Amino acid sequence: MKPNGKPQILIAGIGMTPVGEHWEISLRNLALDAISAAIADAGGLRPQALYVANMLAPALSGQSHLGALLADYSGLRGAEATTIESAGASGGIAARQAYLALASGAIEVALVLGVEKVTDKDSRQVEAALATASDADYEAIQGVTAGAQAALLMRRYLYEHAAPDDALAGFSLTAHQNGVSNPNAMFRKAISLDQYANAPMVSEPLNTYDAAPMADGAAALVLARGEILPQDNSHPRVEIVGSAAATAAFAVHDQPDPLTLAAAAASARSALMQSELQTEQVDLFELHDRFSIFAALSLEAAGFAERGAGWKLAKDGEIGLNGRIPICTFGGSKARGEPGAATGVYQLAEAISQLQGRAGMNQVPEAAIALVQCLGGAGATAATHVLRRISNEI
Amino acid sequence: METSRHWRLRQQRYALVGEVCPNCEVKIFPPRDICPDCGEEARQLYQFSGRGEVYSHTTVYQAPAGHTDNVPYPVAIVRLEEGPLVTAQLTDLDDRSVEIGMPVEMVTRKLRADGERGMLVYGYKFRPRLKQGEAN
Repeated sequence: MKPNGKPQILIAGIGMTPVGEHWEISLRNLALDAISAAIADAGGLRPQALYVANMLAPALSGQSHLGALLADYSGLRGAEATTIESAGASGGIAARQAYLALASGAIEVALVLGVEKVTDKDSRQVEAALATASDADYEAIQGVTAGAQAALLMRRYLYEHAAPDDALAGFSLTAHQNGVSNPNAMFRKAISLDQYANAPMVSEPLNTYDAAPMADGAAALVLARGEILPQDNSHPRVEIVGSAAATAAFAVHDQPDPLTLAAAAASARSALMQSELQTEQVDLFELHDRFSIFAALSLEAAGFAERGAGWKLAKDGEIGLNGRIPICTFGGSKARGEPGAATGVYQLAEAISQLQGRAGMNQVPEAAIALVQCLGGAGATAATHVLRRISNEI
Repeated sequence: METSRHWRLRQQRYALVGEVCPNCEVKIFPPRDICPDCGEEARQLYQFSGRGEVYSHTTVYQAPAGHTDNVPYPVAIVRLEEGPLVTAQLTDLDDRSVEIGMPVEMVTRKLRADGERGMLVYGYKFRPRLKQGEAN
């Protein structure tokens, strides 16, 4: 317990697999790799409960019931385990569920796993599976893909804010720059503005560099109540000081203002309020750049820019590792790769690496406070966490 | 086959039937039975005119299963003249380029086909609004 009577929830360990097209690795083995790495990083601490973030296994692997499958396969047979599905926000929502269980005192050690296997099916089936995160009766039936939804928002954004065609280029350039030195990133090559401007279209005005590649991956976190974590844990202590989730209107066309991510804004506000921190105190923001337009909209929703001004942060270089508000510090979904429901867990593990000073070439100087947010669908769900490094003496 | 699922939506798909809130009079499409504005029950049916304008638009090249025969196809969010936004494909464009603000009207077209022997699903799309007197 902390002096204010609140329970203290700490990070005990993290584990990530490289993101990519892993033809040789199965869903369960991806999960095992991440879980084993996280438990080893936590000094062998054994979780009592497993929260599995996954969206696509029923459609793309013919496999549901991942909680029991992966607990069994990863040597945690007997542990409480369940699957959490909130589309692209699943990873953050799973962390939130683990946080709530730990805060309640019902358990002392929890494992959060995000895992997604997308390369066993062809692109038509993947697009159809991803489109199930939108409104099946009123969006997907019209043949609207996730990329098309983002393109609709992007075109409207550029139109309403009179922004240039390459307004969002900086998000892609920064992500690719940060991906170069991330060993887990799918793309480890910087790109130029010229390459961006000449990239083939996915759905006008959205081009291939505005869209993150769907890929296989798994990441895991071991979370624990503060009182049970040994003081000699080898890593600097990182605490979850804010945890929030919210929903907005489900379909894009049902949003009162499609260019305002209401759930992202509400969950960021709530997480920051819990942490008693202001937006200005945040050292880095792991946002969900599945499409570059969402980077701009997320910066605006969290209060780093006014409505319509988020794109200017990318243009002015404020989002780089040494900028005012570094984002996607390991390449984000654009360069690290977008492993669906696992994304939120990667984001948390990356932010934790930053706060523990383990980010290597990607290190944000003196990073102590991180805001971490993932989005489901076109923002109908958002999960936001605030992480803070604390001194080992506490 | 999901026949009953599509049949249940026939009024929406073929005639843009939504709802009007008896409390605050806001027009609702798609129907949702609870007014998104005031939270009151809203089950009174309301048929939309089918007229609106393009709020945003794009083109799909890499389609999901069920839509691959039609690529590339234009999709849009349309602002109906009664207020709501609706997601739909654009059709009958010929050589016309699409712009935000372009007036459009609802027509019924084939939405998807599940292979040669599968079910055909029809529903609303939007085309450039015809001038009065223009052949339908």
